[in-house]
Amino acid sequence: MDLLWQTAVNASYAASYMALIAVGLVMIFGVMGVINFAHGELYMVGAYCVVFLYAQESFPFLLAVAAGLVFVGMVGLVMERTMFRPLRDNPLAGLIASIGFLLILQTLAVFGFGRRMGHVPPSTQGKLEILGAVLTYQRLFVIVAAVLLLAALWTFLRRSKFGRALRACAQDAEAASLQGISMNQTARIAMFIGAALAGVAGALTAPLVSPTPYIGHSIIVTAFIIIIVGGVGSLEGAVIAAVLYAFVHTFVTTFFDGVIANIVGLALMLAVLVVRPTGLFGAKERA
Amino acid sequence: MPEPTGATPGPGTGRRIRRIAWQLRVVFLFAALAVLPYLLSYSQQEIAVLLVINVLLVSSYRLLTLTGEWSLGHVVIMGVGAYASALLTKRLGVPVPLSMLLGASMAAATAAILSFPLFRMKGFYFLIGSFAAGEIIRLIWKRFTDPFGGPKGLKRIDPFPDIDTGFLSIDFYEPVNYYFLALIVVSASLFVLYRIERSRIGLTFHAIHWQDRLAESVGVDTFRYRTLAFVIASFFAGIAGGLYAHYVGAVNPTRFSVDQMVYVLVWAIVGGTATFYGPILGVVVLTVINEIVLRALGLDTARPLIYGAILILSVLYLPNGLESLGPRLRTRWQRWRSGSAAGRREAA
Repeated sequence: MDLLWQTAVNASYAASYMALIAVGLVMIFGVMGVINFAHGELYMVGAYCVVFLYAQESFPFLLAVAAGLVFVGMVGLVMERTMFRPLRDNPLAGLIASIGFLLILQTLAVFGFGRRMGHVPPSTQGKLEILGAVLTYQRLFVIVAAVLLLAALWTFLRRSKFGRALRACAQDAEAASLQGISMNQTARIAMFIGAALAGVAGALTAPLVSPTPYIGHSIIVTAFIIIIVGGVGSLEGAVIAAVLYAFVHTFVTTFFDGVIANIVGLALMLAVLVVRPTGLFGAKERA
Repeated sequence: MPEPTGATPGPGTGRRIRRIAWQLRVVFLFAALAVLPYLLSYSQQEIAVLLVINVLLVSSYRLLTLTGEWSLGHVVIMGVGAYASALLTKRLGVPVPLSMLLGASMAAATAAILSFPLFRMKGFYFLIGSFAAGEIIRLIWKRFTDPFGGPKGLKRIDPFPDIDTGFLSIDFYEPVNYYFLALIVVSASLFVLYRIERSRIGLTFHAIHWQDRLAESVGVDTFRYRTLAFVIASFFAGIAGGLYAHYVGAVNPTRFSVDQMVYVLVWAIVGGTATFYGPILGVVVLTVINEIVLRALGLDTARPLIYGAILILSVLYLPNGLESLGPRLRTRWQRWRSGSAAGRREAA
């Protein structure tokens, strides 16, 4: 029973950062229609912001995280301007370009920090005990930050004018631009937010995962599974699928092993695709 | 500008000339390919062998894309051929050329089974679905040490048997000899792939790509044709896998990971998939740049970066691939010539 409860606590931590990553990926896809294959590398860049500012230059942890958020958001803006905007009508080309960008980011990380694992000391040693399960403050940070950021994003999308413009573009870009919504402006905002969410996830989890330049690979695989299960283009679906996937994956890892957990996750995604080819919460058909 | 007027050719003469010109070009190509390995260093010869195998891999991939579906599992299918052929020789003592054919059939059978879940999906969902299916196969290799060897994979796979007939003995451990073996197998496979594309079946693939609803309405079973394209493409990917396994002598799950698949996708896209030769052009040009030019410049660590930059630039500025470069340059040249001729006429 203790182990079950502890595993559930661990799973909620995994669900938090996975949700941040998947929601960012879905936002980029929703507005621009392009699958950002470099999304895992944006996470990696966020993690290296913390390696550099916090572990090497000893700035405060939260400052490093904030810097990571802003910096990765800017990287997203660069991607939007140089690749996704000129390739807007051609999703496959956008995908290929993002693969090219992924290789560039990986190589730059190798140049800057080497191939080996970056070591980031924990920012606090404290831990919380909830009904016998242990939750370190470091992990608690991730959960709290994910809840706050996703709640803020949700409010922004529902309440603000920008948010409504963004949702309009995601539903029907042509009709939205006929209403006077600037497609470029909307794409910029979506790309900044989407990239920044991946970056902040990387920054927050850097002390917990020991980043390498190649960490993005496993991240993007996980993110793909989540957005497919949730239904591509659905933000709520991505959050629910992240929780679902994190629980399944953490429990199978604890009671069997990591590789079996990956197989189960992929089989889960394949099963969802076979039964409902547009995901659990996806629209019926998207042009 | 006046056209040079020769003897008016009769009907059919032009076609014959074009055909002879085409045959000449093929003869020249094979002559060049036969001389090529003797101009290369030992390590470049090894790269040439892998390049020939990759040509088959990317060409078989193009057959699948004819129906409009882009798979991310093709390299894993190649791996099925490699693993199957290796295990057949290691465990059951099947002789090598036969094991390659059986391995390729195994790859085709895997594709036939996978088509049931996968062809319920289309487009982006197929892309991701094929990725998931391939990744599951790959993780099974990684997880089950018996018989797949786990993360380390299979080692000391039987090489292609030497030919020794007294006056002629060929040792396939030598890259040059294996190069010619691969060249023969791959050329034969490419010929079959080309004929399939030009057959009624190939035309149906095109029809499904551009007008799947219309094709269905005139009685084409799109599911069966998609499956057929997938199975044929997988068979030849399996042949490529067998050639790889018995040349390198070792296979492991990492060799068939999605990173490798990305390269195949990139070759096809950078080369262009509208023509048969587009993907081949892509793999040859990018391999030469990656393995020979960048290596010679001593830019080893920066290679992925430059590769990435080439990718981005080519999709931005050469959206129809390298195959469109020739016709584009030709029209520009013609426009320039007729433009300067018009200029001269105006001056006169």
